[in-house]
Amino acid sequence: MVPVLVLVSILTFALLYILPGDPAVAMLGENAGNQQTYLALRHDLGLDQPLYQQYLSWLGRILHGDLGHSIRTSEPVSAVLLARVPVTLYLGTAGLLVGLLLGLSVAIVSALRPGTAFDSIGAVLAMGGVAIPSFWQALLLVYVFGVLLRWLPPSGFTSPLDDPWLSVRGMIMPAIVLGTHSAAVIMRQGRSALMEVLEQDYVTTARAKGLRDRSVVARHALKNAMIPIITVIGLQVGSLVSGAAITETVFAIPGVGRAAVDAIFFRDYPVLQGAVVILTLSVLIANLVTDVAYAYVDPRVRFS
Amino acid sequence: MSRAIAATPEALAIPRIGLVLRRVRTSPFFETRLAGAGLAITAVVVVCALAAPIIAPYDPNEQDYLAITDPPSAAHVLGTDDLGRDVLSRIIFGSRVSLEVGLIAVGLAISIGVSLGLSAGYRGGLADDILMRIVDAVQAFPNLILALAITAALGPSVANAMLAIGFVATPGIARLTRGQTLSVREREYVSAARACGATPVQIMRRHIWPNVTAPIVVQATLLMGTAIVTEAALSFLGVGVQPPTPSWGAMLRTGSQYLEVAPWIGLTSGAAIFATVLAFNFVGDGLRRAMDPRLASRKRQ
Repeated sequence: MVPVLVLVSILTFALLYILPGDPAVAMLGENAGNQQTYLALRHDLGLDQPLYQQYLSWLGRILHGDLGHSIRTSEPVSAVLLARVPVTLYLGTAGLLVGLLLGLSVAIVSALRPGTAFDSIGAVLAMGGVAIPSFWQALLLVYVFGVLLRWLPPSGFTSPLDDPWLSVRGMIMPAIVLGTHSAAVIMRQGRSALMEVLEQDYVTTARAKGLRDRSVVARHALKNAMIPIITVIGLQVGSLVSGAAITETVFAIPGVGRAAVDAIFFRDYPVLQGAVVILTLSVLIANLVTDVAYAYVDPRVRFS
Repeated sequence: MSRAIAATPEALAIPRIGLVLRRVRTSPFFETRLAGAGLAITAVVVVCALAAPIIAPYDPNEQDYLAITDPPSAAHVLGTDDLGRDVLSRIIFGSRVSLEVGLIAVGLAISIGVSLGLSAGYRGGLADDILMRIVDAVQAFPNLILALAITAALGPSVANAMLAIGFVATPGIARLTRGQTLSVREREYVSAARACGATPVQIMRRHIWPNVTAPIVVQATLLMGTAIVTEAALSFLGVGVQPPTPSWGAMLRTGSQYLEVAPWIGLTSGAAIFATVLAFNFVGDGLRRAMDPRLASRKRQ
């Protein structure tokens, strides 16, 4: 974990380093013509130091929560992005919820009735769900439910604190768009994991002692099929984070992903870099949570 | 002597292809039909890309100011866009960029990923450890965010989008190749080749590579779909293909702005992306089933 973290930080730093434009020039704007102020600012920013020293001081600042200042608004990047984290968390949780509910329920029914029409339809849906470009799916949904039927707001974000009902209505389409890919992957993985478990002797025993399908699945099969399913959910966090950038852009939701996309167009590289740091960190945390979840589901897993 | 042994993998490869073909034929109707549909759609896209100037009814950049955001009609089967350009012609020409980016990005990922994975897996030791840590680090980044940041850093263009997509896909290929190599390098024929004095490069190229290709071919097919979707996403967000080059992702970007007045722009170009990606996934799944004896036998039972 630690060497990976160090490498991730080096890669992120390198990304800043190859970004076009001199930060000092960007900050000075029209005054950039003055050589003396330019050199002074470069010195203040530490840009005249050797690369490894720049990296170390950058790392030190990041670890203290200092992500620099936005070139566009000169606000601290950490403040700008932290205000957006709850929005992305809200969207991400809603998306994961859609993925889990849809994915697991179809997986369970498909695994219990393999070869039926439902199973085939599920398989086709899973294939479609993996392949559908989220931005096109978003457009389709907005066109049908936002433009034609006018059932749901086509875009925009309302905080659940201001108007919970409107907030939930506004989150329905983004959550579906974000969760579709995860639902499809969970569906596939869940079905095969469950089918494998359903062939085990203890499931036969459970059936033989007269338990209903429901309790066989809920109490015996699902828990043992959970390890590969949790792995796949953990891996989904990365794609959810990527998906959030697109979903937030399409639906005009002011989250971290949207901030990253906007930052590219305003050439606001500190914000872009800060967003990359926060989003990557969230994936790493999710991986850690996944590992801990293994131990929770499977008592045989112990951390030494 | 070493030449005779070096020839064995190729000799083995011939019956294996026959076996693969037989499995394709004996695999269930449903699966084969999906793979067949995938191949058919892929063929249509390839023909569109190659023969775009012949098939397309209009020049993709020709602007008709009297037909701005015209709905689908006999003259313009899929309507026109905000600049009066024929949507169908732009979709046909758009297949070029998609396939180009897909092929080059995947080619890049395969050539770098396979060489890294082969040498790390074969040699092991410190080089392997270092490579795998780098792979872990790159894979820790959310794919699209990393591709977005790299494209932004290098400057928005098709070439940079290809580079970014290829770079993001490389670790996955390296990891897959390494895993396959680890299991193959312990085989007797590799020891035999080594005993005959074959150099590590010869062993990797002639003995290991032919025996690890199957899963990599499957992965490459699936990656084509991912690469095409990522290019479309980058173009949709504005950092991929730049106007006026016709591209499905860029058309979707326009389509999202004109959704209320001209829904056909976004809906049709998105359908093209969806169909193409689905096709590559179908072909990839078909190949996987055909090449993986475990899956094939389980299905036949």
